[in-house]
Amino acid sequence: MASYRLRINGGERTIELSDPDQPLLYALRGLGLTAAKFGCGLGQCGVCNVLLDGRATRSCLETIASAAGKSIVTLEGLGSISAPHPVQAAFIKEQVPQCGYCTSGMIISAVALLAEKPKPTEEDIREALEGNLCRCGTHVRIIRAVMAASGQGG
Amino acid sequence: MAVALAPHRLTRRAVLKGGALTFGFAFAGLPTHGLADEALAAPRSVNPNEVDSFLSVNGDGTVTLFCGKVDLGQGLRIAMRQIAGEELGISVDMINYVEGDTALTPDQGRTSGSNGIQRGGMQIRQAAATARQALVELAAQRLNTKADDLVASDGEVRPKSGGAGVRFADLIGGRSFNLKLNSKAPLKDPVTYTLVGKPLPRPDLPAKCTGSLTYIHDFSLPGMVHARVIRPPAIGATLISVDESSIKHLAGASAVRIKDFLAVIAEDEWTAVRAARALRAQWSEWSGLPAQDKLIETIRANPATTEEVLVTRGQPGTGSPSRAMTRAASYFWPMQSHGSIGPSCAVADIDSDKAIVWTASQGTHGNRKTFARFLGLPEEKVRLVYLDGSGCYGMNGHEDAAADAAILSRAVGRPVRVQWSREDELGWDPKGPPQLLDISGAVDPSGRILQWHTEMWLPQTTRGLPDVPLLAPAAAGLDNVRGLQPGLISQNADPPYAVDSVQVLVHWLEDAPLRPAPLRSPGKPANCFAVESFTDELAFAARLDPIEFRLRSLADPRGIAVIKRLAALMNWQSRPSPGSNKDAAIMRGRGMAYVHYKHNETYVATGMEVAVERTSGRIRVERVACTHDCGQIINPDGVRAQVEGGIVQTLSRVLMEEVKFDRSRVTSLDWSTYPILRFSDAPKLDIALVDRPTEPPLGAGDASCAPVGAALANAVFDATGARLRTVPFTPERVKSALGGV
Repeated sequence: MASYRLRINGGERTIELSDPDQPLLYALRGLGLTAAKFGCGLGQCGVCNVLLDGRATRSCLETIASAAGKSIVTLEGLGSISAPHPVQAAFIKEQVPQCGYCTSGMIISAVALLAEKPKPTEEDIREALEGNLCRCGTHVRIIRAVMAASGQGG
Repeated sequence: MAVALAPHRLTRRAVLKGGALTFGFAFAGLPTHGLADEALAAPRSVNPNEVDSFLSVNGDGTVTLFCGKVDLGQGLRIAMRQIAGEELGISVDMINYVEGDTALTPDQGRTSGSNGIQRGGMQIRQAAATARQALVELAAQRLNTKADDLVASDGEVRPKSGGAGVRFADLIGGRSFNLKLNSKAPLKDPVTYTLVGKPLPRPDLPAKCTGSLTYIHDFSLPGMVHARVIRPPAIGATLISVDESSIKHLAGASAVRIKDFLAVIAEDEWTAVRAARALRAQWSEWSGLPAQDKLIETIRANPATTEEVLVTRGQPGTGSPSRAMTRAASYFWPMQSHGSIGPSCAVADIDSDKAIVWTASQGTHGNRKTFARFLGLPEEKVRLVYLDGSGCYGMNGHEDAAADAAILSRAVGRPVRVQWSREDELGWDPKGPPQLLDISGAVDPSGRILQWHTEMWLPQTTRGLPDVPLLAPAAAGLDNVRGLQPGLISQNADPPYAVDSVQVLVHWLEDAPLRPAPLRSPGKPANCFAVESFTDELAFAARLDPIEFRLRSLADPRGIAVIKRLAALMNWQSRPSPGSNKDAAIMRGRGMAYVHYKHNETYVATGMEVAVERTSGRIRVERVACTHDCGQIINPDGVRAQVEGGIVQTLSRVLMEEVKFDRSRVTSLDWSTYPILRFSDAPKLDIALVDRPTEPPLGAGDASCAPVGAALANAVFDATGARLRTVPFTPERVKSALGGV
């Protein structure tokens, strides 16, 4: 057993693990932070995305050992129902999710994009979200919500 | 991260309370009611003929709605509240909601076939109307006045002329109506609607956008173990031996084998994943699948068929045969996966005399019988509780994962969570079946369709089969149903247009290469692809504009209306296809298709503007326009979202999706071998909804899927002069078709 200190959503958590290669995703979900979802375990779909030092990162591939010491932000850490992050608020206002399984990863990727490019073009958004899959077909609403969150609505 | 083991029988009560918080979804700020606890103590009525099964008026003035249909992301949680609130006279934020729990909600049938609103919603409308009539009568007694002089509104019944009313809660709060659904209970006049027809926001979205909604994947029970099921390397293989020493280095992991059903369990999820990877097992050889590159020939040559004439109408026309232009073409739609973004998951807690299964199944009620059968329990001892899952569009692996969990929970005596892998989901979810259609027909130069003949090959639904057969009971040698259940896949194989003589012949196949199940708009995307592509082929023969050609032979005014509105939306220039730029490097064109879903439901006309790159063969869909008439609209934004999703998802199916297999198993097991549409291919959407408040509401989940394939094929033909008749329209297929121009 080895001990790892994780900085998650502004707080410190220590977890004991026998396998340092355990992906971050399982540790987060084991801690009750279930917004990041399991989708493929292959880094192909983006539903497990979290912010790692501000970058949208596949938590199904990132090992605990490599995540330790970095700042980890999950969807829960961005905002809440009573105080949503602007991107969360835009997703709600634009009535984006259907099943909602991809939503956490989409919002995380969008937040990372807006941190880098506060006024993205539609092409920027498509490019930034190209690695995030949605099966319900909400792509157009997602683009609209990210534009709105960047103050470029309408 | 070992989970402390609690004796889980003692915690069942606490668990159900937790469950109630998640599925007894309430608006923020409203009290929850501990419904699950009450239901275990004294089961409530779930008879779909009783008002009390659908709704109760609580002492605090709220109403609780009990819905047997489930919200898969299509917005029933708000639409059902709008329907009930409208008829009762209470605002939607005063309505609590319980769904898809076999112990608490009436059996309204599977949430499928776009019947959530058009059937399930109408039951709730009738229940609410019956309840309102009763409330008004109670108030008339209380106020000593005539019922006709009273109105139900804002949760109370009050005199129409003004003055103090009586709250619903004071009339019947906490007590039963004891009434049958009254089909004659007066319904509100749509002119007076204040809730139905409004784009009210879906109440579950704040939780979905902040990570606070409990999906089945997020649900856990005290004492629960994590499992992974090991499917065989070949579909029909049997298990010869298991080497348990291969996982003994993983603390707490163990293998469970029941005949050919093999799984690993562990205290934490990651150990279960590692154990599933490490476990060595020997399976028999099996190679019973047909060769994929000979699939069409195999289907045509299948001797195990029954022929049936599904449609025959009209007489051979009086037009001069010498002026008839005959055409014939063959269309193929491949096997496709639901492609759920989250692999299936379920949690079960089974002991010797009862079973509770948490599942994202679209048919909790129907599955109760199935689960009771293979668990050997009486149906009333089996309870299935719906929790949100990753989007499922017919029947993906949800039910299979639930059966996995149930069988494992019984075997190990603890609650079990089963999570499928990506490979499991794409490899083993039941598939939309392959569909082959040959169409021949004749048209005269005036555009009159003289003759139409559709011949198609489809897997036959096994008579009396209650559900799609499940994997785990079959592997474990338990009592399981056998047969095929692909859904109602033979509809819309005849044209919606006036034709002198029409025949549809189906060759029903007794087997299917892979286990079939209904997949969104079952069968219709393929049938409409063939019928509406062939319609354009006839229009081309007659040198007529595709819309003009259709309107000449269409009588249904609602169908005509959606097509004309589409033409306006697209600024459609009337001319025959193809256009004049088919020699350009990037060829642009437009096309459309029309469906009257099942010939008696929703009307849809869909048009596309495409650009086809000659050198790469890549199709870019630049814009999709759609006009959609599903009768009375309950929630326009909900309908719009369904139409958007239906178009984009089907576009993905048409452009890129085909299940690949070798002689033993599915080989398209990840998103690189089974690609689906990404943002770079998401088109602009222009959707016009036709609201008909005085018509019955029809389904909105499926109909928009049907015309997508033909609209795209027709647009590509308009751009290039090349006709695509096999889905998916991969760049290789496009290049090959262009080479033949």
